[in-house]
Amino acid sequence: MKASIIVFPGSNCDRDAAVALEAAMGKAPTMVWHGDSELPKSDLILLPGGFSYGDYLRSGAMAAHSPVMREVVRRAKAGTPVLGICNGFQVLTEAGLLPGVLMRNATLRFICKDVLLKVERNDTRFTRAYELGEVVRFPVAHKDGSYFADEDTLDRLEGENRVAFRYCEASGAVSEAANPNGSRRNIAGIYNETGTVLGMMPHPERLVDPALSGTDGTKMFASLVETLH
Amino acid sequence: MKARITITLKPGVLDPQGKAIEGALHALGFGAVDGVRQGKYIEVEVTESDPDKARAEIERMCEQLLANTIIENYAYELEAA
Repeated sequence: MKASIIVFPGSNCDRDAAVALEAAMGKAPTMVWHGDSELPKSDLILLPGGFSYGDYLRSGAMAAHSPVMREVVRRAKAGTPVLGICNGFQVLTEAGLLPGVLMRNATLRFICKDVLLKVERNDTRFTRAYELGEVVRFPVAHKDGSYFADEDTLDRLEGENRVAFRYCEASGAVSEAANPNGSRRNIAGIYNETGTVLGMMPHPERLVDPALSGTDGTKMFASLVETLH
Repeated sequence: MKARITITLKPGVLDPQGKAIEGALHALGFGAVDGVRQGKYIEVEVTESDPDKARAEIERMCEQLLANTIIENYAYELEAA
């Protein structure tokens, strides 16, 4: 399996993602600079967290139009799996690969804490190693993480089973109290129509080693390695 | 020519920053304030001198980058340099 991580000016989770991928794959992913127009053949493209272009204009807006993104969009539409984490999710929505937008948190605060997520699907290459409905603990670290889309789009996402994760309580109950940022319908991550592009605000790459106080993220990278060759 | 572009949140889109500004105005004693929405203002200079072509260019800029039309509306005025 070959993986590429796109590095934008202001990305800051690219190396964490590289460590997580290397631990799962047994070899290092390729780091691709945003200004490159060439992207190596990849079984997985990862857009990491951070603050690309200082979040100028809107989070992810500038990065979505980086030279390399044209190729990322082309590959994504051709079926190459793409995982966007945090700022990577914002970039995916701005690039039009995922619907909706990530807006300022309802609290107006930067939120940096662990949250509980309900795994809404385990039939995708990203989540095969999880149980359906499993409650996992991932960190979030963002100020623009409030998922917004109009009601029709939200209904369509739910109707097509495209919600990947929702913020929930320890019992798995999806409640207002468990929603850290005001996201519509507690949505923490969504898939594209084919389930090959996943955008999510929480950080699986930050929980892949017991020394980081948890390993709930490991299963995502294990799922990817198992299904991509 | 210069374009003065105003980008505003669409009606119904939650604007927590506008709400916070409204709260601060109330705290300052501006009791008549009944709603605040925050937006963006951008000035773009273009070398194009044909107003119709300049308008078409500005609209493409707004659609492709300056506004996210899922949540934002844009409006602009053109003025000769």
